[in-house]
Amino acid sequence: MSSGKTLLDKIWDAHVVRPESETTPAILYIDLHLVHEVTSPQAFSELRARGLNVRRPERTLSTFDHSTPTLPADAKGQRAYVTAEAASQVAQLETNTKEFGVELHGWDSAHRGIVHVIGPELGATQPGMTIVCGDSHTSTHGAFGALAFGIGTTEVGHVLATQCLLQRKPKSFAINVHGKLQPGVTAKDLVLHIIGTIGVNGGTGYVLEYRGDTIDALSMEERMTVCNMSIEAGARAGLIAPDAKTFEYLKGRNRSPQGAAWDHAIAAWSALKSDRDAHFDRDVNIDASKIHPSITYGTHPGMVTTLDALVPAAANAQERRALDYMQVQAGKSMLGTPVDIVFLGSCTNSRLSDLRAAADLLRGHHVASRVRMLVVPGSEQIKRDAEKEGLHETFRNAGAEWREAGCSMCLGMNGDIGKPGQLVVSTSNRNFEGRQGPGVRTVLASPLVAVASAIAGQIADPRELMAEAAA
Amino acid sequence: MKPLTHIHSRTVVLPHENIDTDRIIPARFLTTTERTGLGKSLFNDWRYRADGTPDPDFALNKPEARGCEILVAGRNFGCGSSREHAPWALLDFGIRAVLSSEIADIFRGNALKNGLLAVVLSESEHAYLLAHPGIELTIDVAGGFIELPDGGRFTFELESFARHCLLSGVDQLGFIMQNASAIDAFEQKREAA
Ligand code: SF4
Repeated sequence: MSSGKTLLDKIWDAHVVRPESETTPAILYIDLHLVHEVTSPQAFSELRARGLNVRRPERTLSTFDHSTPTLPADAKGQRAYVTAEAASQVAQLETNTKEFGVELHGWDSAHRGIVHVIGPELGATQPGMTIVCGDSHTSTHGAFGALAFGIGTTEVGHVLATQCLLQRKPKSFAINVHGKLQPGVTAKDLVLHIIGTIGVNGGTGYVLEYRGDTIDALSMEERMTVCNMSIEAGARAGLIAPDAKTFEYLKGRNRSPQGAAWDHAIAAWSALKSDRDAHFDRDVNIDASKIHPSITYGTHPGMVTTLDALVPAAANAQERRALDYMQVQAGKSMLGTPVDIVFLGSCTNSRLSDLRAAADLLRGHHVASRVRMLVVPGSEQIKRDAEKEGLHETFRNAGAEWREAGCSMCLGMNGDIGKPGQLVVSTSNRNFEGRQGPGVRTVLASPLVAVASAIAGQIADPRELMAEAAA
Repeated sequence: MKPLTHIHSRTVVLPHENIDTDRIIPARFLTTTERTGLGKSLFNDWRYRADGTPDPDFALNKPEARGCEILVAGRNFGCGSSREHAPWALLDFGIRAVLSSEIADIFRGNALKNGLLAVVLSESEHAYLLAHPGIELTIDVAGGFIELPDGGRFTFELESFARHCLLSGVDQLGFIMQNASAIDAFEQKREAA
């Protein structure tokens, strides 16, 4: 007797153009292709060299976010690109999208922003879709019950030209999460805890499906934070079955179905869940009620502990090297570590709810004098919404910098970087050596931990501030 | 892509685990719009000291590493970003094969699509290679084995299509395009539904 289907099976089966065989991978149809300036130029060049067109421009959506400055244009409209090469990379995307008829959310669009933020915001990301982008954090879109994963530039070319990819079907991994998150514990803490549990390569070859009452209780923004970091566990994709919250989020957005098509879509999307008797290749159970605010102490996201715990001893030479690089000592707490920069942003934690939570905690306080705090909204839309609520004033009054949308210090490609030796508390997703500038030490945490640390000038526990505010 | 059947070279070893793509090619070098020219920035922040001079202690800077085409790296090589600039940089530098006990998914796919052989070995075979830097290996792609100087062999698996593409230099885009009618039919069926 065959068992039921997983959500992954259902989406996969609906997109197979040609099934896989022993000798060839499947040809998989792609519903939505997101494109940005860094991983696409060589793909467009390839199309040009072969005399090919973009097969389905209306299934392709582009923006620039990685190499873009986050300072506003000057009076003459000039933007402070880090190098001429960065400027020309952006210009290249403008040229390419124009030539090939692809929608671009550029400087003049009200919707420019981090590619994984604007997809959902525009309603382009929808349940049951296959979504790819030349970017590993494409896993973010899995929060909507879409099979979404990062691809390389050669594959970007394949999708542009054929709307298809050659793929072997990944295995399925159920991440069952139960229990209520404690106050001060966020989706970011949850996903860091999951990565710490299964390891930075624990998800390799799998699609993670996050399930259970904890996941049901998360908002769409929080689900995106969780799915975003699936790649940090080595998984190419994370999935969460769509539900009423998903539909509510998508209703009325630019690219969402309208009228009768909407009702039709809801009916179809409602079937997108793993069957009761579905078989997963692997599973793990996580008790969410036991999770504390998380913080990384090493140079990959799996080197994670909690604010209440001590840094564990290095297990091998690499970990020793990582501790040295981070100037962190085993057996000590991360609390109290002096902080130089706080970065609030990235496709992990730059949505309106993140900014609100951060501003709520910051209100009435000031960023410590030794700290530079950078707040970078995920999209122009979020920036406008936040400004409508006056959040930018809260940040500015507290001494933080309020920037234009983009990836910014998440990868430091646009020149937003720290100096060698500086310690950054970052709400982004990667603490790799040098990611935020050569020699820069990155500590990953939630927006709440980031704000508490900005105020204290050292790594601090947001729960104390929260208790203060409540008292 | 040129066919790749054999690689014969000494190894260069980077034993570190979890060598991520930011390490292989830091983000600030990604503003290029070309595939070539990245070799000089490969492992940039590791290879060069703050003053821009090569760090003589870094494995790839050592005289004996010159001309090595086989990189033996610690577990979980290539984790992180999907940047194809990582395999491009390795190839541009002259590396043609990466051997490890675990290689990150996206990196591996990107590597193979560019004719950079990415091979996963067992823990013990991997440990042997890590412990013997600079040994001369012959990699036989068709046979799926690596020959050691003493005549011993490590066999490895390669996904059959990837192997076929490497051996024959198959153009994967061309392969998908041969299925254009199936793609048309798929689109029509869905639009009718
Ligand atoms: S915010 Fe960071 S992780 Fe997200 S797309 Fe940009 S660079 Fe990548």
